[in-house]
Amino acid sequence: MFRYYVWLALRSLRRNPALTGLMILAIGLGIGASMTMLTIFRAMSGDPIPLKSSQLFVPQIDNIGPDHAKKDGEPPDMLSYTDARALMQAHAAPRQAAMYPTGFALTPTDPQLRPFKVEARATYADFFSMFDVPFKYGGPWGANEDQARSDVIVIDSKLDDKLFGGANSVGKTINLDNHDYRIVGVLDQWTPQPRVYDVVNDKFGEIESVFLPFSRAIDQQMPLWGNNECAFDKAPDPGWEGHLASECVWIQFWAQLPDAGAEQRYKAFLDNYAAEQHRNGRFHWAPVTRLRNARQWLQYQHVVSDESRILVVVSFSFLFVCLVNAVGLMLAKFMSRAAETGIRRALGANRRAVFAQCLVETGVIGFAGGLLGLALTAAGLLGARAVLSKDATHLTHLDFTDVAIAVALAVIAAILAGLYPTWRAIQVQPAWQLKAN
Amino acid sequence: MHIRPILSAMRRNKVGAFLISLQMAVTLAILGNAGFIIEQRLNLMSRPSGIDEANIFIMTNQWVGQPQDSKALLESDLAALRGLPGVVDAYASNSVPMDGNGWSNGVSLTPNQKHSNAHTALYFGDEHTLNALGLKLIAGRNFSADEVGELRDNDPVSPSVIIVTRALAEKLFPNQSALGKAVYGEDKPATIIGIVDRMQTPWVSGSSWASPFVENSMLWPYHYLSSGYPMVVRVQPGQLDAVMKAAQDKLYEVSRARVLNSVKSFSEVRAKAYRDDRGLAIILGVVCTALLAVTAFGIVGLTSFWVTQRRRQIGVRRALGATRRAILAYFQTENVMIATVGAVAGVALALGLNLWMVTSFEMERIGAAYVLIPAVAVVLLGQFAVLWPALRAASIPPALATRAA
Repeated sequence: MFRYYVWLALRSLRRNPALTGLMILAIGLGIGASMTMLTIFRAMSGDPIPLKSSQLFVPQIDNIGPDHAKKDGEPPDMLSYTDARALMQAHAAPRQAAMYPTGFALTPTDPQLRPFKVEARATYADFFSMFDVPFKYGGPWGANEDQARSDVIVIDSKLDDKLFGGANSVGKTINLDNHDYRIVGVLDQWTPQPRVYDVVNDKFGEIESVFLPFSRAIDQQMPLWGNNECAFDKAPDPGWEGHLASECVWIQFWAQLPDAGAEQRYKAFLDNYAAEQHRNGRFHWAPVTRLRNARQWLQYQHVVSDESRILVVVSFSFLFVCLVNAVGLMLAKFMSRAAETGIRRALGANRRAVFAQCLVETGVIGFAGGLLGLALTAAGLLGARAVLSKDATHLTHLDFTDVAIAVALAVIAAILAGLYPTWRAIQVQPAWQLKAN
Repeated sequence: MHIRPILSAMRRNKVGAFLISLQMAVTLAILGNAGFIIEQRLNLMSRPSGIDEANIFIMTNQWVGQPQDSKALLESDLAALRGLPGVVDAYASNSVPMDGNGWSNGVSLTPNQKHSNAHTALYFGDEHTLNALGLKLIAGRNFSADEVGELRDNDPVSPSVIIVTRALAEKLFPNQSALGKAVYGEDKPATIIGIVDRMQTPWVSGSSWASPFVENSMLWPYHYLSSGYPMVVRVQPGQLDAVMKAAQDKLYEVSRARVLNSVKSFSEVRAKAYRDDRGLAIILGVVCTALLAVTAFGIVGLTSFWVTQRRRQIGVRRALGATRRAILAYFQTENVMIATVGAVAGVALALGLNLWMVTSFEMERIGAAYVLIPAVAVVLLGQFAVLWPALRAASIPPALATRAA
């Protein structure tokens, strides 16, 4: 029966190719535009660590006071060195990692090659297990190396490809700013988008190519390659020591808390810590702390740009216009067939059958529109990649979910759009139509 | 034209008329708001940066390790660059206008104020900076060589003389000359010795947190002796590509223990700075065009259907003496009526959409022109789209009435 209805639908669609084409085009354009924007939006608002995002937390501590607070009264997005060190030493979470971005000039062993820039992240051993960072060779350094300020590093697979042709380079050394570092691990392909562990400095884009112990970086006074926010009326003391002792915030901090109980205990610990700082005279204000999990953090940091939100709204309004258009055209089409429907009814087709036939016809249109929409989405993404910044779009691609969403959206939209015209079609009184002719 | 018969005909086609109106209303709402956003972004992009963009390129110099003699190295680099044929001038800084990275400082009128009087971008420079950027000095004087100090990472900064932009001068000292006045970063005063017409901050994109103070910049007389810093080179017109290459070769010749990063012409800096603003404008433009096309084709489709449906009636009217012009006018008037309803609803919808965007995206209120122009455009679009089916209707022969259907 279904196959017969599809055959009927195709026949009917062929009879008026201009109208059919117009409907498919309208649905295709609407789906193409909305799916393009939805795909970008989904990529931006994605959760790169779905299994961990409810367990990883960013603590925030107000170390600058209400006079310098942000407009919304929230504490700073990063920690000062003083607070980061205190939290690391307190070890109130099973796993925790302070971190900051830095960088080097890497001198290749081949003297013919020029030195090149590598971006690095100074962090703790727990970083890798907290963010489920995959390793190709070797593994992270251990707590001992953190303690000993060792000159060990983990490199990403791209740097390994570039320097060692993708071979296992664990145990080899590379020269960073005139100092040799021993490789203990090589990362496998890892592209968290957004770059969840540090969206303050860079929301999207590539991960750093070198990871090294935080303690080593501090010891070697490795410069900060990221944001440093200082309260307005407090000039830091000169030099690296002054930088460390200042109330400037520049360190990202993550704690892994396995359950709600641990979360509550950690929040209490933070409040206690801030209260203690208040008592010992460092903070002259009541304690303000926050503890947000990864999901809440990404939302709080406005990782999804206003531009992409606006585009989603506009493109779905466009889809709406396209659907209204399709409703009008389907109505025209079904009503112009009223006579035929009348004859069919008179010949014994019941309302259910007519309804089913109309529904199949709209479904076929929707399916064709969905396919066209998919092609347009692929083109739209190429276009968006060409005109929008690479960060936000370079990892967007159509996956199976997107394809399924697009086709389903198109078919459902077409059937919804066809409901009213279909309902009108089955109202046809066979007798009237026959009489009129 | 009699409206009554049109109304009574429309009553039998309520849904079709409603669908066209609805389409036009939503189209108008999107057109108005998208047009508003597009114009805002284009305005952003057309602001001058204040510098001689066509003839400037920048590059970031990064030493291998932190050299001890960084002062001598910087000086020999700058001398080498300034001595290259085709180079107008060159200097090194901590950041560059429009480039995205930089330092932001508050400045105050009294020492140790809790809240600063203005947010600014802070640029380091020397006596060559004005010439190397092509800045226009509108009052006061340039730095002299002996005023230029040295600054290493994490050193305290407190210059005795500074140069500010006109916008910053007017913000700090409205209705009076800022020249010779003292301002404070923290506790030590700095005297304003020069005012430049314009020099944008590094953060120019419309979505930037710093967009409210995009014209507030100040120059402090320092050589920034960090392990990495940007260098700015201005060349004679037409020499950009040649000098960009020659400058890198020259610097590597001076010392190989370095990395030259992000060597780019200023047009690349500008393109990158406004990439998302431009992208948004382009995408919205494409969507608006598609929207107009879809709406127009929708009108053509539905009106054609009506014409086909009413062939006999049209034939009868023609037989009873209606002219072709009258038939044409019938469909045109019908469309104007539908479009007017759509336009009125659309204006309301556009304002509603804007209101929602104001609250959720820090957008500005839309101006009347942004809804009225699309309203007129939508009515005209309707007239244009209805023309072909209406002409087809007008060409139906009166003889049709006499034939059996």
